[in-house]
Amino acid sequence: MNTFTKKRMRLMGMIRKESLQILRDPSSIAIAFVLPVILLLLFGYGVSLDAKGVRLATVVEQPDTNTTSLIGSFQQSEYFVPIVYNSIQEAEEALRSLKVDGIVWLRNDFSNRLLSRNNAPIGVYVNGVDANQARITEGYIQGVWQNWLLNYTHDQGQDLKIPVLLEPRIWFNAAVNSRYFLVPGLIAVIMTLIGAMLTSMVVAREWERGTMEALMVTPIHIREIVIGKLVPYFILGMGGMFLSVAMAVWLFDVPLRGSFWALTAASALFMMVALGMGLLISIVAKSQFVAGQVSIIVTFLPAFILSGFIFQISSMPDAIQFITHVIPARYFVAILQTLFLAGNIWPVILSNAAALLIMMFIFLGLVKRKARKQLD
Amino acid sequence: MKTLRRIIALAIKELLAILKDKQSRFILIGPPIAQLMVFGYAATFDLNHIPVAIYNEDHSQPSRDLIAKITGSPHFELVDYIEHDEQITPLIDTKKTLIVLHLGSSFSSDLKRNQPTKVQAIIDGRNSNTALLTLGYLRTIITDFNLGWAKQNGLPGPPASLQIRPWFNENLVSRWFVVPGIVGLLSLVITTIVTGLSVAREREAGTFDQLLVTPLRPFEVLIGKSIPGILIGLTEGSFILLMAVYWFEIPLRGSIGALYLGMFLFLLSATGIGLMISSLAVTQQQGILGAFLFLVPSVILSGFATPIANMPEFIQHLTYINPLRYFLIILRGVFLEGDSYTLLVDQYWPMSIIAIVTLSIAGWLFRHRLS
Repeated sequence: MNTFTKKRMRLMGMIRKESLQILRDPSSIAIAFVLPVILLLLFGYGVSLDAKGVRLATVVEQPDTNTTSLIGSFQQSEYFVPIVYNSIQEAEEALRSLKVDGIVWLRNDFSNRLLSRNNAPIGVYVNGVDANQARITEGYIQGVWQNWLLNYTHDQGQDLKIPVLLEPRIWFNAAVNSRYFLVPGLIAVIMTLIGAMLTSMVVAREWERGTMEALMVTPIHIREIVIGKLVPYFILGMGGMFLSVAMAVWLFDVPLRGSFWALTAASALFMMVALGMGLLISIVAKSQFVAGQVSIIVTFLPAFILSGFIFQISSMPDAIQFITHVIPARYFVAILQTLFLAGNIWPVILSNAAALLIMMFIFLGLVKRKARKQLD
Repeated sequence: MKTLRRIIALAIKELLAILKDKQSRFILIGPPIAQLMVFGYAATFDLNHIPVAIYNEDHSQPSRDLIAKITGSPHFELVDYIEHDEQITPLIDTKKTLIVLHLGSSFSSDLKRNQPTKVQAIIDGRNSNTALLTLGYLRTIITDFNLGWAKQNGLPGPPASLQIRPWFNENLVSRWFVVPGIVGLLSLVITTIVTGLSVAREREAGTFDQLLVTPLRPFEVLIGKSIPGILIGLTEGSFILLMAVYWFEIPLRGSIGALYLGMFLFLLSATGIGLMISSLAVTQQQGILGAFLFLVPSVILSGFATPIANMPEFIQHLTYINPLRYFLIILRGVFLEGDSYTLLVDQYWPMSIIAIVTLSIAGWLFRHRLS
């Protein structure tokens, strides 16, 4: 037998051993296939930034046709659930005790000032605790107000002369459906978790049980051990990835405008990075206990908060933006959001893929070095 | 008396087991502090330096005034001037700019003739939340410009206008919302990793059976095992709380006692869930998996980043078993709304029930493990 066949036999043996181990303990298979489905189902439906059903207290101190038509505009809007209050005191009490999310208050001189074109004030209070939702709610209120104003002046036989009219064109997601960007981002977060979970305890377990030493005394090369551990988990992880993409497209109706093959290639690259990170944790930590704790800390929350999946990276302070460069999910989120919504924008895809490639080499290189060191 | 002594002895042993090991001691102290600092600054929905490209075909004074208003705002940052339609697509596609503002050649002539003039804003909608917020900032600036223009030229303003006043967070600072949430987030993570493996590890090592044959009764073991999680959670929670108030300068308007009652009940329920997972697990790997499986949905479906009110009804019902949901309401209520005990009762009792149920199950599982 020449050395090449020997090498191949050793590698195949290693892969077979790992695969058998996976099959014997089905929890890995559950992690790869069942977990992404459950998580994506829960989060795909559960995570949304589109405010709807905003409970709005309406206080009209002197009802007449004008106030009725304005309040009617709020009733017709799909974003609001108006609730009538008789006095501003009651409405404020309701806002304070979180029974409503906002108040629209028309004082008793509203119609008089409206008729004399004396800039009649519409008092609006919103609960600002969740600043993001408050801003979105304000936007909806402004939309209702502007439409009502156009209709009102039109009915009066006048033209509403607004000097500059803003005409927004929102590309890639004209309906501004937050699910379209949240679902691809969720795939990146979920896959980070799964990649790390699959591998983070693998080597730590072997160290703890002493089977690693047993492996070391065989002629097998360290590189072969690493590849042998990666291959089966890679296949499992990619299976989970395809399931997630299928769900995004067919269940959540997120348009996939870019190439499927580019998506597959980017996913494979990302999976290698995630698995490499898990293996590294597993090798550096001396016990399963520590490996498990570390993988929880370094994967989930950073991928959730620092990947640009939900919080815009360009708005973070410079130092924090710098830190986000070491979060692999950051690059994958950018690739996924672009491939799903914008299409094959190669400059975006390739630059992020290059970053993932570099991270892969760093992680796998570190895995190799650390694994050798541990032997001494 | 004996019971108390035994519990204290076990609690001390548990604490030592966690704090004695250098690596695991570091995990409990280093990452939470680092994460608080990083997330405290990173997790904000407020936008600043939104890259904007200007496509001005008008070149008149009023158009330059409007553009100066936009580029002068802290929310926007000018990245490019463009001259042709074809330049728009590549700029947006490659994310060099988030928004292209297009002023047509008739901008100033329309304005001067008193005709409404249109300004087109092309926005990258890949992140629709960012797109909506950008649009909001832009609207505010343009409304302001319109008022100024009307005043300057003696035109009538609109017959009615909005006077919007946010409550509790008057300047709509996103950080005021997020940082109190991080207090809950990090104390949940710490408690879960402290308790999630505590039984599984001893089971694997075989020392748990030894523990059960000592005079310690199961409920004593349960209390002894709960104390470290709660103590460590309270310590780190208090530290993060101090940082939120003194470093991030989030106003703390309500009752601190009400906040601590909430934190205690929250840690109790998180400990219960952690110990339950830990005693269900046969191996440490399963323990970690369980901890992950509990943590991830608890955080994402807690209202930390996306509101519970936006979720479908079924998932909203599901969040009632999530202790973090209640604690976040308490945190934000006490911090920003100035809440005290009475307003928070509805958050206290569900966490107490979760704690009682999970702790009882954990205690029962100590002896009756499913094999």
